[in-house]
Amino acid sequence: MELDPVLIGRWQFGITTVYHFWMVPLTLGLGMLVAILQTIYHRTGNEVYLRAAKFFGKLFLINFIMGVATGLVQEFQFGMAWSEYSRFVGDVFGAPLALEALLAFFLESTFLGLWIFGWGRLPRAVHLGSLWLAVIGTWLSAYFIIVANSWMQHPVGVEMVDGRPVMTDVWAVLGNNTAIAAFTHTIFGALAVGGSFLLGISWYHLYHRRKDGIDTVGADGKVIVGSSKELPGRDKTDHTVWIKSLRIGAIVGVLAFAGVSITGDIQSKLMFEQQPMKMASAEAACHDGTQFSVLTIADPSSNDCDGVQNIFEIPGLLSFLANGDFDTPVHGVTTLLPEYQERYGTHIPDDPRYGEHAGEPVDYQPIMIVTYWGFRMMIGFGALAAGVCLIGLWLARKGTVPESKWLSRGFVLAITAPFLANSAGWIFTEMGRQPFVVAPNPAQLDGVFMYTQAALSPEVTPGMLLFSLISLASVYGILMVVELRLITKYVKGGVASAMPELDQTNTKPTITDNGDDVLSFAY
Amino acid sequence: MEILATIWFVLIVVLWMGYLFLDGFDLGVGMMMPFLSRSERSKRVLLNSIGPVWEGNEVWLITAAGAMFAAFPHWYASLFSALYIPLTICLLALIFRAVAIEYRGKGHSERWKSFWTWALAVGSAGTAFCIGALLALTTIGLPLNGHGDMVGGPFAWMSWPALVGGLGGLGFSLAHGLIYLGLKTRGEVRARSRRWAGRIMLPAAIPFLIWFAYSITQRTWLVIPVLIAVAALIVAFFAVRAGAEKRAFILHGIFLIAGLVAVFAGAFPNVLPSTIDPANSLTIDAASSSDYTLNVMLIVTIVILPIIIAYQIFSYRMFLGRIAETHIPEAHRLPVAIHS
Ligand code: HDD
Ligand code: HEM
Ligand code: HEM
Repeated sequence: MELDPVLIGRWQFGITTVYHFWMVPLTLGLGMLVAILQTIYHRTGNEVYLRAAKFFGKLFLINFIMGVATGLVQEFQFGMAWSEYSRFVGDVFGAPLALEALLAFFLESTFLGLWIFGWGRLPRAVHLGSLWLAVIGTWLSAYFIIVANSWMQHPVGVEMVDGRPVMTDVWAVLGNNTAIAAFTHTIFGALAVGGSFLLGISWYHLYHRRKDGIDTVGADGKVIVGSSKELPGRDKTDHTVWIKSLRIGAIVGVLAFAGVSITGDIQSKLMFEQQPMKMASAEAACHDGTQFSVLTIADPSSNDCDGVQNIFEIPGLLSFLANGDFDTPVHGVTTLLPEYQERYGTHIPDDPRYGEHAGEPVDYQPIMIVTYWGFRMMIGFGALAAGVCLIGLWLARKGTVPESKWLSRGFVLAITAPFLANSAGWIFTEMGRQPFVVAPNPAQLDGVFMYTQAALSPEVTPGMLLFSLISLASVYGILMVVELRLITKYVKGGVASAMPELDQTNTKPTITDNGDDVLSFAY
Repeated sequence: MEILATIWFVLIVVLWMGYLFLDGFDLGVGMMMPFLSRSERSKRVLLNSIGPVWEGNEVWLITAAGAMFAAFPHWYASLFSALYIPLTICLLALIFRAVAIEYRGKGHSERWKSFWTWALAVGSAGTAFCIGALLALTTIGLPLNGHGDMVGGPFAWMSWPALVGGLGGLGFSLAHGLIYLGLKTRGEVRARSRRWAGRIMLPAAIPFLIWFAYSITQRTWLVIPVLIAVAALIVAFFAVRAGAEKRAFILHGIFLIAGLVAVFAGAFPNVLPSTIDPANSLTIDAASSSDYTLNVMLIVTIVILPIIIAYQIFSYRMFLGRIAETHIPEAHRLPVAIHS
């Protein structure tokens, strides 16, 4: 069987990157929430917030390390598998990656180390400051990497010299409107993840407090908080930790959805200008029109417009998304195809650097099922997560949650919704960019683009790509199980799993000899 | 010769030096995990001696790779695609190392602990080997064609420099880690580390010395830094024997830095020589980005690198002092608030 190296390379990159982006939004969203919790504690001295910060901080760390481990893979992959791409774009694309390392990764790693080991050892303000610097580091890293990614979506600030884009204006690259829209959108998406995480886990604990008979409800439905001697950490304060975390998480989740909707709308408008084919394909819009498709089915075996059937459409909505009015028709795939072919050619140039793909016809239309459903799954799962947050707020309004096993399971399961929305968003963005790895910028830099087929490392074989694909994917699979188990274990331990001093059943640490201070935290 | 490209070449060498000097000891400590002592408490001393700082050290590697991409995209592209297989292994090793440090203490069964102990050791060793091999290959050469791609199949990088560099990376990290443990711990662990360091330091340095010495065949005057490296190594050895760990640690660092100066100066102006045809060698001029990009990155680096070094020093100072078994708290059994 002939294996197409480009295809394996894309699977390899796609799998590792989507995986990396399961850790990333939790790091970005939960990190900020933990920093806020610890700040409130610092300001008010209220122990509730200390407990919440320590508990969620522990989970944050379990996840963070996986983000670091998988991020390294990302950093190396451009050179390993996509060396032609790296050669082509290095002048402009390498810079944000290097900036990310210099300005963000050092900050985040160094100060996170200080935060982890600094409990009780650093002055309290310095300790809190360390956490903030680490969180700012993670947000900065998101910004720089999205600048790099947005340049692939919409090249700016360069000029072609000897067939390669050369950076002429770093501010244009850093201020790329695509990047600013995508960064804010991604950050809100990450906050949605953080919010749902707080909500789901707090719900689970409140439910178990009720199930174990610790909390009960009075005749008016209001909670009557109790405490337990046997279960570690289950005192009255424990209840406050969970109900506050639940509310904070749910409110953040709802606001984050408002945030992704606004920024997503900005992105859509940019995309109609910048990558019209991606948007047409996302809408399964074969022909020019104003209508937004709510349900379209297609014959999955074909990727052309003959197999597409629009079942239910809302007139005017698509125009509104694209232009802000209801009657400007938006160009569909059949109108756009000839335009693309005229601008960029009908075939891949017959040039040896395209390898066996040289001279092939180019298909400018991304895989419609993926873009169409990717877009809808992103919005759908995001809306689902926000809806769950609203329902959660309402159901918990009297200070605790209903004693229902199924509801509790549902709220825990709902934690996955914003993760799926994030993955769907990226898959849509990245696969919608095909067949380009660097999409042309039609308004300003129409000549700067690169086909994905030309991006792969010339001497890297399908066997090598498969080797890394299989080994990384299996290791990732195993580590995912390990991470989830650890998180579950720590969640089940409750706050006491992060604060041993709350555990009455725990024996006090023994100090063996000369009265040295025992470390307050050690691996 | 482009002055900007030369400055960037030097900066990238500095980043690699920073990486090996700093993460080198983390890797060495990791490799010693199963071997230095059987007792769980002393294993935890090892782990906690690098606990707060190893991650910041690893970022030197990320920065070195990122800076190569920004300043010399062709160097990054050619080297990383040529070393596809070893770098995949390196990535797996780095993944296991990172996860092991964070997860080992989060479980309590014997199996869990011994699995992550070995993951840490093997991951550290794999990383040290691969990075050493990568650096030796980029200074001595790979079979590159005119386009800058390695020919001869996925394993064409296998050659004596890969072996010498790999073993050198292993040996250096191991010795560096042992000296660091001597510096950073107290009691039993310190005594054992010193004994081990004294025993293995000199033999462990042999592969690196071969690599360093090769540079003299390129430029005779490089005998000077090579001799400095040898002298630093010998004095470091006596310092270890005398129990002056701080001095030993710094001198062992000088051994590394002087040696890397020699090998990279030996390769200059090549960043990646071709072993097939010198005309295919990648030079700093051919590999570098435009002046504009180099300038922008230089400004940022000049401003930010001192700040990074300052806060990394701050973080080391915060955790100053030796660790002993008495500092290690009782392993905390996870409570269970939710049964199901
Ligand atoms: C929107 C955010 C975002 C995106 C799109 C990516 N990452 Fe990432 N990355 C992060 C946000 C992030 C982070 C939040 O900063 C992480 C996640 C968890 C963590 O530890 O830091 C991180 C970790 C992380 C690390 C380890 C950093 C360390 O040791 O501290 C590296 C080397 C990369 N990433 C590199 C990449 C590359 C080359 C990407 C492009 C394909 C990429 N990441 C996509
Ligand atoms: C973390 C979020 C991201 C996710 C989930 C993601 C997802 C994907 C997916 C699914 C593909 C495969 C596309 C296909 O085969 O059609 C891909 C390709 C690619 N992405 Fe991303 N991506 C992310 C971020 C980035 C970033 C930040 C960059 C650059 C800085 C980037 C650069 C690339 C490159 C170079 C390819 C390979 C070429 C290609 O197949 O188009 N991606 N990504
Ligand atoms: C009304 C809601 C939303 C709209 C209109 C919207 C719109 C968009 C658009 C147009 C893109 C593609 C950008 C491009 O290709 O350049 C995108 C990407 C993305 N979306 Fe959404 N989105 C919405 C909701 C969500 C939600 C709820 C999440 C996650 C919780 C999310 C996460 C993402 C991610 C991670 C990407 C890829 C990265 C990026 O380009 O920013 N989106 N979104």
